Amino acid sequence: MVTRGFTGRPRNTEPTDRIPPGQHLVDYFPVLSAGPTPHITPEKWRFTLKIGPRPVKTWTWDEFNALPMTKMVRDIHCVTTWSMLDSQWEGVLIDDILADAYIEPPTPFTLAHSFDGYSTNVPTADLVTGKAMVALKYAGKPLERDHGGPARLLVPHLYFWKSAKWINGLQFTERDEAGFWELRGYHIYGDPWREQRYTHD
Amino acid sequence: MTDADTGWQTARIAAIVPQTAEITSFFFTLERPFRHRAGQHVDLRLTAPDAYQAMRSYSIASAPDDGSTIELSIERIAIGEVSPFFHEVAAVGDDIELRGPLGGHFVWRPTDAGPLLLLGGGSGLVPLMAMLRQRRQQGVATPTLLLQASRSWDDVLYRDELLADAARPDGPLLRFALSRSAPLRPEDYGRRIDAAMLSEALALLPAPPAMSFICGSNGFVNTAADALVALGVPADTIRTERYGG
Repeated sequence: MVTRGFTGRPRNTEPTDRIPPGQHLVDYFPVLSAGPTPHITPEKWRFTLKIGPRPVKTWTWDEFNALPMTKMVRDIHCVTTWSMLDSQWEGVLIDDILADAYIEPPTPFTLAHSFDGYSTNVPTADLVTGKAMVALKYAGKPLERDHGGPARLLVPHLYFWKSAKWINGLQFTERDEAGFWELRGYHIYGDPWREQRYTHD
Repeated sequence: MTDADTGWQTARIAAIVPQTAEITSFFFTLERPFRHRAGQHVDLRLTAPDAYQAMRSYSIASAPDDGSTIELSIERIAIGEVSPFFHEVAAVGDDIELRGPLGGHFVWRPTDAGPLLLLGGGSGLVPLMAMLRQRRQQGVATPTLLLQASRSWDDVLYRDELLADAARPDGPLLRFALSRSAPLRPEDYGRRIDAAMLSEALALLPAPPAMSFICGSNGFVNTAADALVALGVPADTIRTERYGG
């Protein structure tokens, strides 16, 4: 349905093949969060890998920073409709976290957990083979608290709520268990190119 | 938690009411009425003749009722794409694509435990207004305080309605924090929100807030939420919504 009188902003310069339907480009990094922004010091920071309820391995901040670091340049897409192109990330691939714990991907689904109680579910296949990382730096600098620092999940090919801020662990699950927003009306998978914003999309 | 039918529908602009210099209310008649929960939002989608689309989320200002008409209050963002359309082009009778109600976290129910603390920054008042209106319409007596930060007395969205609500016997406590003008009421503040102000606000409530809702810019929300946490309010009782994303 064409909206009477709406033309939109000039768009001949936008690389439209990189902007999913319903998204628009921003040239800054917006901040969205469901609650207060946690303060997490390196001394208090821990990252735990679990299979079901069973902890497999826990890393301190120093131990985690000793893992192999990988850089990624990716476009990211937030369900609130902003997209940011060519964002620069540095962190530890999920593959390298699993390797450091000497495990293969153990179950088909994963829940990411955060220090503030947030969680989000992602199929394990979307986390491995170089697709995702636990990011420690953005644009060459330590990740700011507002953006999930000291560490956040980065799953760039899904809507950005899947890239859990203030991450403190991954839990492998047998079934696809809905996380925080997935229980509150948002899509279970969240592919921006299929515009899977809300539950029934 | 969200109703199955949150798909796109056509909504017609039934009325346009300027509220402040920068904020205007748009009343939409819904093709398929819904009953939302106070604090929820809708997505609006505009389509250009070449099929280009722009979509934005707007909080619902009206209280949940029969759902045939909802009110959205839209602040004009100068560099924006959708809000200038509403302020400059949209007219009564126009059809706009809308889906909702959406969002299952920043929501309040009249049966929720109190006291209730509401902190609004600028147009961040909108979802809090839906809560206050439902509270009033359903005669809920939950102790409630709204601290609303705005630039000036004339920039306070819904100012007269808020003052009238606060004057009722079971009305909410009301404090304004005005950053660019002197306070006109002795209980208000002529400065930006800060920890000392929030400490005083908490002391006005009969007990620590069971739930706090904070909505505004990221800077406003961070200042308010950090201060509440520092004052001992449990982080998991504080719900935030940040505009500008």
